Amino acid sequence: MIEEVFDVAVIGGGPAGLAAAVSASENGAEKVVILDRNSWLGGILPQCIHDGFGVEETGVSMTGPEYANMYIELAEKHGVTIMSETMVLGFNKKLEIIAVNKEGVYKIKTRGIVLAMGCREKTRWNVMIPGDRPSGVFTAGVAQAFINLYNIMPGKNVVILGSGDVGLIMARRLKLEGANVLGVVEILPYASGLPRNVVQCLDDYDIPLYLNHTVTYIKGRDRLESVTIAKVDKNMNVIPGTEKEIKCDTLLLSLGLIPENELSKNAGVEIDNITRGPRVDQFYETNIPGVFACGNCLQVYDTVDALSVGARHAGKYVAQRLKQEKTKNSEIFVKPGEGVRYVVPQRVNQSGPVHFTLRVTQPGESVFLNVTSDGKKIYRKKLRFVNPANMINFEMNVDKTLLRSNRSLEVSVHG
Amino acid sequence: MDEKEITCIVCPIGCKILVRTDGKKFKLIKGNKCKRGEEYAKSEAVNPRRILTSSILVENGEWPLVSVKTSKPIPKDKIFDVLNVIKKTKVKAPVKIGQKIVQNVADTNADIVATKTIQIV
Repeated sequence: MIEEVFDVAVIGGGPAGLAAAVSASENGAEKVVILDRNSWLGGILPQCIHDGFGVEETGVSMTGPEYANMYIELAEKHGVTIMSETMVLGFNKKLEIIAVNKEGVYKIKTRGIVLAMGCREKTRWNVMIPGDRPSGVFTAGVAQAFINLYNIMPGKNVVILGSGDVGLIMARRLKLEGANVLGVVEILPYASGLPRNVVQCLDDYDIPLYLNHTVTYIKGRDRLESVTIAKVDKNMNVIPGTEKEIKCDTLLLSLGLIPENELSKNAGVEIDNITRGPRVDQFYETNIPGVFACGNCLQVYDTVDALSVGARHAGKYVAQRLKQEKTKNSEIFVKPGEGVRYVVPQRVNQSGPVHFTLRVTQPGESVFLNVTSDGKKIYRKKLRFVNPANMINFEMNVDKTLLRSNRSLEVSVHG
Repeated sequence: MDEKEITCIVCPIGCKILVRTDGKKFKLIKGNKCKRGEEYAKSEAVNPRRILTSSILVENGEWPLVSVKTSKPIPKDKIFDVLNVIKKTKVKAPVKIGQKIVQNVADTNADIVATKTIQIV
């Protein structure tokens, strides 16, 4: 086994891994390595050739490849070691990583690990769409890689299921490449992607959006021949008699993303049932001391900008931990209450200002975000407009008394 | 002039901006959270433009395509004219990020610029 020693190892070289590695270096970590199984850095960004990246973070609108390039240059400037085409097989509580590449098997001793493995797309089998099993059914991200990286058109007449951002972006991309985009089908009463994408990907090209609809059947022997779509009621049950068959040769699925945490689970990292990412404290540290998590393997972000800001914090905290051991403190838990799907961080164990992120369960206007401890209101903020597609950020001071109270914080959003 | 609601696309917030316009004149009513929103709403009302992104064939490159964009927003009704030029264009590796590939594409005053570096195989 080839032995290596690093201060900090970042698993995953997508936007989160790059931002965490850069930030760890900026904050004093000397030997930082990024491990990535691809031959390139930037993860999914090189195939996201549309623009709109970086606006919140830098004020400049960039395309995905340009945004990736910005961080790759920063990583080079800081002397971050890159091990590409390297697959991490596992890590343990002693912060040792086992990885493999063409050179052989590595044992990498570290003093801090940052998890930045990203996420995966949900497939047909995550939502169990009935019907045949023809070719022509792709996840939206796979179709995006085909078109934008490999110059392969996935099909001519396309239906898209799910109005997540990748699905919307692909509707426009296929249209621009000459395909006939027959419509985007969304089971919810509202689009799940960002408003700007509904405007410039669907409205601009008169692509119909079927809200409160879903695909109920996939038909085709070798190649996809048609899909059946139908209206759903408030409880998302199909309304009989509303079925409509649409002839098409391609179905793209944009059904949402699942954080990738096989490595985390194998190592004993506690996973949140709702975010499907590690449960972390305000320092992005998991239950294993020295193991931090950021990016889409922690929680699926709306934008790369917000993701990078979080990942930079994780990088800063892992660098600080190299200099200073964590002091044992009392710990309180943070739980989602009414109207809230999840809150990150899930634990707080040091007093001071804490940055929280959360998602609501449904859209709303002029609502209040409340934080309670044992039924007592301790924080309140008015929100003009909330939507499950838009992550909500707030900062709240957790004082020593609250920390020692041993009572969980409950975060709720309602009118 | 008619009242019109414009969804801002400058950033992911997507402000709903209410304006009064007849396609030539423009008056902001409310809804934008920043100055760029006002600029966008005005441009969207009187002269809608978009940054167009696509990809161009590369010869001898590590990848078969290089991603590109227009150097500035182009009029919405010129999008398919620009795409026609993009479709016919080929470029030889190496390509450097920021490299100009087509000048003044389809008389839009915008250039087609590479958004990615492609090495020779």
